[in-house]
Amino acid sequence: MKHLRAVNRKARRLEDVVGLQNQGPQQRPHIPMGCALAFSPGWEVDSAGGTAGLCQPVERDIYDCYVTCFWPAQVPDHLNNYPDWASKCASATKDWRNLDLVFP
Amino acid sequence: MTAAGPAYRLGEFHRFDGGDRPFLYLVPAGAIFEIDDAVSAVLAELEAGECGHEELLARLSGHMPANDAEELLGELFDMRVIVAPDTVREPLEAPPADFPLQSLVMNLTNQCNLSCQYCYEFGEDKVATPEGKPKFMDFETAKASVQFLLAESTGRKAVHITFFGGETLMNFPLLKQVVTYANEQATAQGRTIDFSLTTNATLLTPAIIEFLSENRIGVTVSMDGPAELHDKLRVFANGQGSYSVIEPRVRALIEGHRTRPITARVTLTNGVTDVVRIFRHLKQDLGFHEVGFAPVTTSTNRLYAIGERGMDGVLEQFHVLADEYLQYALRGEMHGFSNVSDTIAELYQGVNKSHPCGAGLGLMGVGPSGDIAPCHRFVDSDTHSLGNIATGVDREKQSDFLTRGNINSKYDCHTCWARPLCAGGCHHEAFVRYGDTGHPNLHYCDWIRDWTDTCLRIYGAISAQNPEFLVKFAERKAL
Repeated sequence: MKHLRAVNRKARRLEDVVGLQNQGPQQRPHIPMGCALAFSPGWEVDSAGGTAGLCQPVERDIYDCYVTCFWPAQVPDHLNNYPDWASKCASATKDWRNLDLVFP
Repeated sequence: MTAAGPAYRLGEFHRFDGGDRPFLYLVPAGAIFEIDDAVSAVLAELEAGECGHEELLARLSGHMPANDAEELLGELFDMRVIVAPDTVREPLEAPPADFPLQSLVMNLTNQCNLSCQYCYEFGEDKVATPEGKPKFMDFETAKASVQFLLAESTGRKAVHITFFGGETLMNFPLLKQVVTYANEQATAQGRTIDFSLTTNATLLTPAIIEFLSENRIGVTVSMDGPAELHDKLRVFANGQGSYSVIEPRVRALIEGHRTRPITARVTLTNGVTDVVRIFRHLKQDLGFHEVGFAPVTTSTNRLYAIGERGMDGVLEQFHVLADEYLQYALRGEMHGFSNVSDTIAELYQGVNKSHPCGAGLGLMGVGPSGDIAPCHRFVDSDTHSLGNIATGVDREKQSDFLTRGNINSKYDCHTCWARPLCAGGCHHEAFVRYGDTGHPNLHYCDWIRDWTDTCLRIYGAISAQNPEFLVKFAERKAL
């Protein structure tokens, strides 16, 4: 780097990491990611058409539809318009009240 | 909105000067970079607000050729000095759930022969509930504690035990037994263990000093300065000050204990804020190697609490000692003002903390009853207990403590540039002030930012004028 001179350890580590990143992408096999491949039951209704008998509560969809891959469930679109929707809810058990409605 | 290719805004950093050179402290990485005029020019352009890539290149064309400007922007973008306008803060990764223990603080007794009013263990803000529990730790509990430390510190070659109290030396016979036992156990596993203790120095004898020196036990003495300051609050039960009792003992300790540096730890209270005078006395008159200061932990309405104006005065005097520290450092000498060295050590590594300290993570406390606490300050408190040495750590309680204390859930801190080092501040202080160990210590934010900036300036100046000095800080405290 020409304009920034690293003067502590973390700065030197950043230089190393960025140096590696800038070597360009290596050819790797393409692995599609997402919920379709994850064994993550709990997305559907149970055999009686209700949600009570699912092996995971439907509220867990908030996690799967929001964090792992955005699926237009009843959660804000964090990829484009509400990137910080959950940024005040680092601990859901304590801070779930901070998950607010959004008005597009 | 016009979509015209990439755009930039300023990333998250704190600018400072050191030794007449400009630096950036990058948040949240904790990285420090010295910058040149070209970087300053980009920052000046973006201070007015975000700007598109082409527009920025055009504005920089007066300063440098287009190719150079392109390269410069790439460099700044890679290091996140400048970022895309819609960048959001990324939460820090949580520490691994099986984080190995590094240090165990053993409260050998909860009894003390002094009655310092401000004591967090006995004072008005105490969290301890010692009723019905043992007052002195027995050897069985101590052995189990050593085993606990060795079992919970998988993968670490060297671990640490701190002896604490109450007054630690009121249970000196146990301390001796533990040192022998722990050394045997560690050696059998091909590991090492080292020791330190905190004491009020009233019970030091030549024999104890010899033992401490022979076994390389680090000693911190709680001491508040010259007699008239020290004796204000550090008193015996009858109200008599303890200075005259400890002064000859401290001198004998510093004279006789040559294997480890001896540290004084000063608690600043209302009326005991004459930092420079206290430092001179402890460092020059008594000969301590290091002297560290901390304002008393208290709820706001206590008589001994330092008001806001008092804290401003403290900070002014910290600056005087900090300037002196820099002069020493430029000559390659250690000054002895711990508050600067401790911060410089963290800046050198570039720490970026998920938690303000190791409590409940790499460090735990254990009380005379064998109850495990996040640290020595919570020992003997039923509310904060994390299990017992006999039954192991209560992982659910530990996880609750760590989730609360994590910087990710301290939302007030997310806009503060000093959070990589502070991470919201002491869990215990937060509990005393706000009733929640996970609450950020908002009462000292300005103070922390000012102090961090001061230490950054010193760091910058040293890195510009005497970088070899910083190598002293290369060894991490906890490895």
